[in-house]
Amino acid sequence: MGKRIGMEVAVAVAEAVGLCNIDMAAVYPITPQSHIAEHLSDLVADGHIDCEFVTVESEHSAMSAVIGASGAGARSYTATSSQGLMLMHELLPIASAMRLPIVMGIANRAVSGPLNILNDHSDIMPQRDAGWIALFVENAQEAVDLSIAAFKIAEHKDVMLPVSVNIDGFQLTHMVEPFEMPTQEEVNEFLPPFVPHATLHPSKPVTMGAFAMSDYFTEIMKAKDEAVKASKKVIQQVFDEWGEKFGRPYKLVETYKADDADVMMLTMGSMGETAQMAIDELRAKGVKAGLVKLRLWRPFPFEELKAVIGNAKKLIVTDRACSFGGPGGPVFSEIKSALYAEARRPLIYNYIIGLGGRDVQVKEFVGMFENVLADTANKAADTYEFWGVRE
Amino acid sequence: MMNIVENFDLFAPRLINKQELISSGHRACSGCAEVLAVRLMCKALGENTVIASATGCMEIISSMFPTTAWQVPWIHVAFENAAAVASGVEAGLKALRKKGKIDDRYVKVVGMAGDGGTMDIGFQALSGAMERGHDMIYVCFDNEAYMNTGIQRSSGTPMGASTTTAPAGKVSIGQKTWKKNMPEIMVAHGIPYVATACPSYPLDFIRKVEKAKSIQGPSYIHCFSMCPTGWRSPSHTAVSMGRLAVETGVFPLYEVENGHYRLSPDMPKKLKPVKSYFKPQGRFRHLTPDQIEMIQEKVTVEFGKLVEKAKFLKTGNE
Amino acid sequence: MTLKTWRELPIGCVVSEPGSASEYHTGSWRSQRPIWNDTKCIKCGICYVFCPEGCVQQTEEGFFKANMDYCKGCGICAHECWPRAIKMVEEG
Repeated sequence: MGKRIGMEVAVAVAEAVGLCNIDMAAVYPITPQSHIAEHLSDLVADGHIDCEFVTVESEHSAMSAVIGASGAGARSYTATSSQGLMLMHELLPIASAMRLPIVMGIANRAVSGPLNILNDHSDIMPQRDAGWIALFVENAQEAVDLSIAAFKIAEHKDVMLPVSVNIDGFQLTHMVEPFEMPTQEEVNEFLPPFVPHATLHPSKPVTMGAFAMSDYFTEIMKAKDEAVKASKKVIQQVFDEWGEKFGRPYKLVETYKADDADVMMLTMGSMGETAQMAIDELRAKGVKAGLVKLRLWRPFPFEELKAVIGNAKKLIVTDRACSFGGPGGPVFSEIKSALYAEARRPLIYNYIIGLGGRDVQVKEFVGMFENVLADTANKAADTYEFWGVRE
Repeated sequence: MMNIVENFDLFAPRLINKQELISSGHRACSGCAEVLAVRLMCKALGENTVIASATGCMEIISSMFPTTAWQVPWIHVAFENAAAVASGVEAGLKALRKKGKIDDRYVKVVGMAGDGGTMDIGFQALSGAMERGHDMIYVCFDNEAYMNTGIQRSSGTPMGASTTTAPAGKVSIGQKTWKKNMPEIMVAHGIPYVATACPSYPLDFIRKVEKAKSIQGPSYIHCFSMCPTGWRSPSHTAVSMGRLAVETGVFPLYEVENGHYRLSPDMPKKLKPVKSYFKPQGRFRHLTPDQIEMIQEKVTVEFGKLVEKAKFLKTGNE
Repeated sequence: MTLKTWRELPIGCVVSEPGSASEYHTGSWRSQRPIWNDTKCIKCGICYVFCPEGCVQQTEEGFFKANMDYCKGCGICAHECWPRAIKMVEEG
């Protein structure tokens, strides 16, 4: 059994990754990710882990270096945030096309401009179509657990795809929270050695990253889409294995008091815990409120989402980013399209919340429910609103 | 001088690794001296090599899915990151070898890119990889413009050359800037070995690659790679054009080992005039005698500086 | 050559047949071909060294010839052959 400890979440993530027998890590400092990089290098410097830590000169080179190392057959890790993720953007679809099971921690942070170092999801949302598996976590325990499980998902022979573990910057990365840290033995039992699908070694020369013309490009994109979709099954399987071993089962879509809910809210990441408190308040007042927490963003868990929405009449989708001049928040637009073909579907409302680190308190989540319930003529359905914006 | 070159040539094939590690069937232009340089580099490197290539001519001509011209492990990721990818491969292999997860043999990791992928867009990644001290070779195949995209100017394009984005015109000489001195920038990184080379001098080039291979740590080779297509010169002249670039001092051959300069024995004592190098190339055809004279002065001065460095910064033993 | 379906693609599009580019015969690009005159050849092999295609091979007698499946007819071998043993002639 692991020990229950208190630790800053970024440090805990580095500790968790350190338990995964990684061969190589390349990380470039950026707030609020840096504590992951710093603590990983501490682990290397003190000889706790046997890993090549490459102090790259940019995030672009961090992703390039982990692609190279993963191509060589090394279990490779990187972490970043915001502008760093944007700089990596070019390489993300290449890593997934090459089917390299890289794991990346993302301390989610607002994207410039203006510069803002605090939390929202505007960094991960533009990476939606990169072909990466994207997981979201809510607290220290999830950050630790899924940082480890991510390697097993990524390296599964039926997956072989890179995985990002999204951890809200500051709101989560810089919190000191209690959690249970798995032991080295437990992780060793859970996580098998990495067996790459091909390696860059003269014992069997291969070419990786060959270019393709129109005669093959469509087939390659189709194969990638199928691979990302097919990973969903393995992700749940790995979550189940985790639950069995550690007693903490995870689902692709988590819920809170959702079974009989009339009005529901959907969150991603750390705000789920605050929203949960709002649900309790509303329930105490007799409102049948419930919460849906999207853990898996890519591949999108269509069936699982539909199953939990049930008979809810109204659904509030919260977004931590905006698709400017588009349909509102990116999660909103995704949920709408997921439910479009359903004969019975809830009215969907969209609040863009918590941008650039703006706090969203329990009473505000309650306020969102109240607004939506007050909209008896359903006028605000299918629209989006910047919550709390000064008019 | 010519006699020495000829004598070298006489022995050439016997001194060269017979194995072809980049296969025929690659789609380089007819008379491409860059792919010739790559072929010779591979012969010097041998099988125990992993290559990380940037996007560019050499990538496009060698790796059309589902086929490959490469006989050695090879990876291409993007344009600006060959050095970073190579550094990652090196770190990965090092870790795996140390942990006994792969067979215990020494594998040299090589990053390669063109002048644009090295001197412009890949500059930062290269500087980082060299500064970090990875055990790798980086080879820049410099054909003095973005040839793969259609002969646009780069910071490796020489003064006065006409390219598609710095064309010669009624009020323009073509390229208005002097070629970036990339080998000197690499020397300034304090890496153990920097060399310039040219496939027109195959034994010199091969020796330099072998030298770089023998060094633990980062090394940089700047290989002048003639491009008949981009330079608008006949395909059969590619090798002789490289020879002229060296003989005129436009591209001097030298190496810098731990800060000590040495001119290659192939360098003539007396340089030929640059106009003999310019004349057969369409990219320089528009230059006036005055403009050629201005370039000649610069070439003479720069070569003089190099000779001085070789004189004063040579090893104690020499 | 039959094109693979998406299901048949190797994972990550890794190409695991080294040198398979040789399936493609670049010889069709050629407008001129090199002809060796063995009486002038001194077997120095400079044609072999400078061939960008790597398609010049040494025969058992020590002379050289190009594999016409790949020779693009660039003429470097003829230009660099200092005993002038190679001549470029028009194709067809």
